[in-house]
Parts: sequence; C-alpha cells; structure tokens
Amino acid sequence: MSIHTLTHLQRLEAEAIHIMREVVTQAENPVMLYSVGKDSAVMLHLAKKAFYPSPPPFPLLHVDTTWKFRDMYALRDRAARKAGMQLLVHQNPDAVRQGINPFDHGGLHTDMWKTEGLKQALDLHGFDAAFGGARRDEEKSRAKERIFSFRTSSHRWDPKNQRPELWRTYNARKNKGESMRVFPLSNWTELDIWQYIHLENIEIVPLYYAAERPTVIRDGLMLMVDDDRFPLAGETPVMRSIRFRTLGCYPLTGAVESRATTLPEIIQEMLLTTTSERQGRAIDHDQAASMEKKKQEGYF
Amino acid sequence: MNEIYKTDALIAENIDAYLETHQHKTMLRFITCGSVDDGKSTLIGRLLYDSKMIFEDQLATLEADSRRVGTQGEAIDFALLVDGLAAEREQGITIDVAYRFFATEKRKFIVADTPGHEQYTRNMVTGASTADLAVILIDARKGVLTQTRRHSYLAHLLGIRHIVLAVNKMDLVGYDHAVFDAIVAEYRAFSESIGIAEFTPVPISGLAGDNITTRSDKTPWYDGPVLLEHLETVELDQSANQHKPFRMPVQWVNRPNLDFRGFSGTIAAGQVRPGDEIRVLPSGKTSRISRIVAYDGDLDLAVAGQAVTLCFEDEIDCSRGQVITAAKSPVEVADQFEASVIWMDEEEMVPGRAYWLKVGPQTVSATVAHPKYQVNVNTMEHLAAKTLDLNAIGVANITTDRDIPFTAYEESRDLGGFILIDKMTNRTVGAGLIHFALRRAQNIHWQATDIDRTHHANLKNQKPMVLWMTGLSGSGKSTIANIVEMKLARMNRHTFLLDGDNVRHGLNKDLGFTDADRVENIRRVGEVARLMTDAGLIVITAFISPFRSEREMVRGMMQPGEFMEVFIDTPLEEAERRDVKGLYAKARAGQLKNFTGIDSPYEPPEAPQIRIDTTRMTAEQAADLIIEKLIP
Repeated sequence: MSIHTLTHLQRLEAEAIHIMREVVTQAENPVMLYSVGKDSAVMLHLAKKAFYPSPPPFPLLHVDTTWKFRDMYALRDRAARKAGMQLLVHQNPDAVRQGINPFDHGGLHTDMWKTEGLKQALDLHGFDAAFGGARRDEEKSRAKERIFSFRTSSHRWDPKNQRPELWRTYNARKNKGESMRVFPLSNWTELDIWQYIHLENIEIVPLYYAAERPTVIRDGLMLMVDDDRFPLAGETPVMRSIRFRTLGCYPLTGAVESRATTLPEIIQEMLLTTTSERQGRAIDHDQAASMEKKKQEGYF
Repeated sequence: MNEIYKTDALIAENIDAYLETHQHKTMLRFITCGSVDDGKSTLIGRLLYDSKMIFEDQLATLEADSRRVGTQGEAIDFALLVDGLAAEREQGITIDVAYRFFATEKRKFIVADTPGHEQYTRNMVTGASTADLAVILIDARKGVLTQTRRHSYLAHLLGIRHIVLAVNKMDLVGYDHAVFDAIVAEYRAFSESIGIAEFTPVPISGLAGDNITTRSDKTPWYDGPVLLEHLETVELDQSANQHKPFRMPVQWVNRPNLDFRGFSGTIAAGQVRPGDEIRVLPSGKTSRISRIVAYDGDLDLAVAGQAVTLCFEDEIDCSRGQVITAAKSPVEVADQFEASVIWMDEEEMVPGRAYWLKVGPQTVSATVAHPKYQVNVNTMEHLAAKTLDLNAIGVANITTDRDIPFTAYEESRDLGGFILIDKMTNRTVGAGLIHFALRRAQNIHWQATDIDRTHHANLKNQKPMVLWMTGLSGSGKSTIANIVEMKLARMNRHTFLLDGDNVRHGLNKDLGFTDADRVENIRRVGEVARLMTDAGLIVITAFISPFRSEREMVRGMMQPGEFMEVFIDTPLEEAERRDVKGLYAKARAGQLKNFTGIDSPYEPPEAPQIRIDTTRMTAEQAADLIIEKLIP
C-alpha cells in the first residue's frame, strides 16, 4: 500500500470542511458572515467544496457599515451570485438615521455599525450559528478561543467559561436564544490563506493588488480616498502605488506602498515584510486588550 | 543563519520556487508539557522567533517588555512572547489552551501550549487530544518530577505515539553527559512501567539555543537528532492511520436532487477507491463505492484525514452517525462499554444520570456507572471513588440507549473517543476513551413477545400513560395522586399509583438521599413505570424527583406522548408552613440531611404539561384538571 501524506493545506482544508458539515447538521439556522476580505473569500470557497454538488445550505450575511471600499461591494454581489447563495445585507438602522461615520464618531462607528449591527442581524433572522473567518494567529485573545465559540442570548463571549474542545468532536448544543460563532479557519495563518488563494485560484478584491490610487496620510496611516465622502482638510490626495494587506472601512484601513501586482509578489512581500497584518487596522490600537473586550461585547 | 530556516534568499530571488516547496509541506500538531519554570515559554518563544513568526512591531514590543519586566537583562526574553498564560495566572483569569503556529521548510507546526499544573489537567487533555507528539520538558537540575510523570501518563492515555523528552537548561549543569544519562535512565524506568514503548531524549537549552534548531558544539557526546529535526521527520498519525482498515463516520447526507445521494464525512482510517466493497454499521448492509465526489472532479483514491463525499452502487440506508467500513473488516457495535472517563466540569459526575454522549458525528443518551476506580494522576495508583470531580480520571462502565458502532480508542481517536454533555446546561462535562464492549451487552438479546404492548392496551380499552407528579415534600403530590386514581377507577380505567415513600420501603430500600441515590431511585421507578405502560396501565407517580435531568431521563424511557409532567407547585414557605409529616422542622433543626428545599436543590420544571398552583385550588379541583387533560 502506498501512503499519501496530505500537505498542510489539504489538512487545513479537510478540517474546515469537517467543521462546516458539523454546523449544518447541528444548528437549526446557520449563516456565513461574509466580510468580502481574503479570509471570507477562502471560507466561501471551502463552503462550496464542503457541500458540493449541493450549494452551501445557508445564506451569506454582510453586516455593512456603508463605508467599505467600492470594489468590495462589487465583489460581494458577484461572489454570492456565483455561489448560488442568498446574500443578506444588514445596515444598523440607528446608525443610518444618525449618520454614524468614522470621521466624526471614532469608536462609536465600529460599535454601532459592526457590533450592534451584527447582533441586530442575528436576532432579526434568528440565526443560531454564524461562521466567521477569524484566525488564531491574528492576536492574543483569538489564540485561546474555541472553534465552536458559545454566545449567551445577549451575544456575550465568556472567555472564562469555554467548553473543552477535544479531537474533532464539536458540541454545538445550546438552549433557545443562545448561539454559536464558528471559526473554520482557526488554525490557518496569514501565509496559509495566501498560499491557498494562489493554489485554488480564488477571486479576491483587486485592492489587495498594488495599483495607483489617491491617498492621504493621517495619524500615521496611509488612507485611500475612495469616494467624495472623505472630508479633505486642505489636503490634496496624492497618487501612490499602494495595496492593502487587510480590508475594512476605507477611512480606517491603512495601505502600504507596494509594486506587487501578482499573488506570488504579494506573498513575497508578505514574507519579507516586518510588520504584522493588523497594524493596518486602527481598531486594535485603541487599547492593549481592545479585541478581547470587543469580543466579549459581541464583536466578531 | 542555520540551515533549517535558510529560506530568505529564495523568497527574494525566486518566489515561485519558494511557493512550490511550501505547497508540499506536511503538518504536525504537538503539545508542550511543563511549567514556566521548566523553560517551556522560552522554548516556544525561540521556535517562533527562529521561524520568523514574529514581526517587527511585535519584536519592538518584545524588546521593550524584555527591558522592563524581562529576566534576561538586556537580552530578549523569549518567554514574554508566549506568556499569555503567565499573565493570566497573575491576573487570576482564564487559564487555557493557546494554539501557536510556526513553519519550517518541511512542515507547518501547530503547538498546543497548555499550563502544567494539576488543576489544569482538563486543559492538557484537550491539547493532547489532537496532538501527534508530546514534548515533555524537564529541568536538568531537577530531573524527573511528579509533574513529569503526570504529563507522560496523560499524553500516553490520550494516545500520543511520539514522546520527546526535552532535558532543558543543560547550560546550567555544564552540559554534563552523566546528568543527561541519569535522567534518561530514570525516565525510561518510569515510562516503561506505564506502557510507553519508546521515547526520544534530547539535551537542550531553550535560552542558549542548544540542539533546538542546530546541533550544539557543547554536547559532542550527543549523536541523536536535534529537536526541530525530529519534529520535521517523525511519522504523522495521518500517514500511520492509512495502514488500518477503511472507516468513515457519516456526517451529512448530500442530496441536492433525486438523482444524487452522497455520504459526506472525514475518513477516520484507511484508504478508499471506487469499486471497494463497503459495509454500513450498525445496519450491516453492504454495497460498493461507485464514486468519490469532490468539487474539482471525482477522485480515484481518498485517504485518512480527507473530507470527502462517497456514493454507493446500491440504494442502501445510511444516515448521520452511521459508519461506512471496509466490508471485510467492519467495526464492532454495542451499547455497553468500559471506558476511561476524564471529568471536566466544576459540578461532579452523577453516576446513573443520563448525559448526551457524542462519538464522532453520533449523539446518543448514555449513563455512566459508579467508577470502578479513580487514577491518581501523580502516582498512577488506583483509588476507590464514588464519583469523579473536576480533573479526575477514572474507569467506569457506560451504557448507551442504543447500539453504536465504535472501535477501541487506541485503534481510532475518531471512533473511540467521546465527549459527555450535560442535558440541561449543554456544557461539555467529560471526555471518554472506549476500552472495549462489555460481554453482557453482546449476549443479552431483547426477547420479543407475542402479546405486545398494543394488545395489552387494547384489552384495557385505554391509552397507557405516565402521570409524573413532581414537587417539594409536602406539596400535596400524594394527596392529589390518590384522588386522581380514585376518579379514574370510577371511570373503569386500569391504573397503578407509585408513591415515593412506599417504594422506598421495598424496591429502593437500599438507597439513601445523596444526589447519586436520588438519581438511581428515579431511574428504577422509571423502569417500573415503563413496564407498567407496556402492560397497558395508566401509571400515577408521586416523587419529589428534584432534578430536571432525571425527569427528562424518564420521559426518554417512555413511548412518545406517554409521559405527562405534572408540577405540583407549592412554594417552599407554604409547604414548610403545612409540614404535614414534621420533616421540615427536623431538617431545619439539622436532624435530616439532604432535604430538598433546605440543603438540597429543587429544579422546577420549565415547561410542565400541567401546573397545579395549590395555593389557588383544592386537591379535588387539581385532580379534575389533571383528568380533563388526560381524557379530553
């Protein structure tokens, strides 16, 4: 008998597929959170594989802030259509009414659009399990979070009260009103994600590739002026060859100068770079334990 | 730069060649066992640092922290990189498994970093459950300690085949060959005694970097592999499992339309090809594999560890939880087992209580008997035990409510490892490793009788039913039950009243009032009630039955729709005021122990079919209400 040792990407792929199949059989009403970033792209691709030839038996949910890059909205609609999945978009009506934006409202922007918006959407549709693309290598509090992460009926995460998780035997039982967040990419690293995108030829937002884009520099972050809502304080946007290592709301997402226009070049840059991926995100710099705190409040 | 990480040049010069190499990496999961004092964090920190998993911004933080709180003067304190756990301990918050990642040219590694103290046994068990290899750390100055024995025992128990004995801090014993040899000899004697066939000892210094990624010139007497070299070449479980017969538990039936029916799951062992003869358990039906379906096209071969979808040549029944096996070597099927049980919840195990047991994708109801013994994890001695509390490990018999396909744990973690889930809180309260099926389960068959339960019921012209009255002592259960029975008798119904006090004079006179005895009391009453419903009777019971789990257990024993929970809702103050039998007074005076409502809890039903508020209606009215529900 010849032995076929699986590569690390094949192992990670199998693990994610196994997790997704466990969720659809144990949860009553699952949903996949889709943020249009590279991790979401990988997660969606894995979902297609997990249930083939059936389409993934759950909808996609985009918790929108209205402040994403235009390229992200375009890919979002196209990707859902291609997968044959229903796409639900939720915008927190309170935030819409109050015109919450990242320029005037600081931390409230994330809090209302994302944290509150997510809770509203889950309650509105009665979802009891939500897939998220978070990885354990992203930051400290993720490193100890379970793959099946239990949430109370008020969506809170209690890091002191997590269920032991053994083998690939996942306990998704819960009482009415309680829910699970499930992270099939927990054991992937940033490099794994890029390699897999390369190997599987997965479509990602063009913003990950370098191009000439209008930019201004604020508080040490290089920001892209993606539309005319960007209030310029006497600044003149400068065209620079930039790309993004991570994508969120465009006024909060820092770009890096780059000439990488192909996936291998992106990976090359990533391997030779010297700063961690989340440095481009304003959200983490607030305070040391900011992510753990946000997660306890219900942020993904 | 050392050889293992010599990739920087290639990344810059030829990224495509680099990617090609790295797409063929394999993956090893391992666990590190030891405490901070053994240099565990330093070792992991160094592995991450040497493999470039640390970025400049993180390094800047690390350098600042090293100067501020580090223990290495101006040098980098690697321990600070991963000492999330130490910080947690100081702050008294969650101590947990943390997973870390690094990669070399040949492999990606996932490290389960778990705390080493005895109170974190459950965390170590969790980390060990997915590991192929365990690194047992020893401080060369201290040798084999109690914790070394505990960690080795747990790693072996959880089925880890590769043990590395990392004798750390060799720099502090002058790289003395004799010290190393003495520790290895002592460890060998111990490890053989618990059944560890072989292990790989390596003399290292996490701090100085000796024999971790490169061979140290300070240990010329050592000719074994350096740590990372061993981690890169050791045989993976995923490969080893392919030598075994084919097994795949079914997770999900894939049925997009009437023309396609596939069975999705992760292959637990062996290999499978189209044309292979298979058998589905527990049904025993056979067929052949027609296709192995995958997104990128059908496969000619699938192996252990892959998540696939299989199609059969014949339309045979197969559903979630069943196991597809090689036709000629199927797995066993049974409903009673001996198993090692590791208890993981703050609330101790209740022998006889029904828990959910999940093995692979299959969930069944199961009870755990009184442990045969508990294992002292420090000395491996067997101790007598009535139950298992947090972090305790014991051996006990398990009974499931139906036959399940399984293997012994040592043969397959997927088919022999299970978790226990509390039916009320849904918490994962325990883990178990199946040893073997019990003989009696295989030899006692259900005797089919010609006069069946329908016949019994038809003769009596009634629908069998259990009216289960629950409530505090003195709430009025017996009084109401008695009136209900009299009224039913007048209506020519065949009934039987099982009363708590009466049963304890006979059937259950060997039982007391501890939680475990209360559970057994209810279990026996449930079994008797079930036999009586088989005989066609309407059974009325009057038991305090304080725990939801046991009431649910009894509901589960009955045919659907033949169990009616009646909550006799009398507030504690009222029951105590009435105190018909004078028991509350005795309990308050401390003469009665474990009295429900006083020093033992009562869990009221959350959704009883009938709720009787005795402060608002008489016993007569209550009985009428119950009969109205029973015979509409």
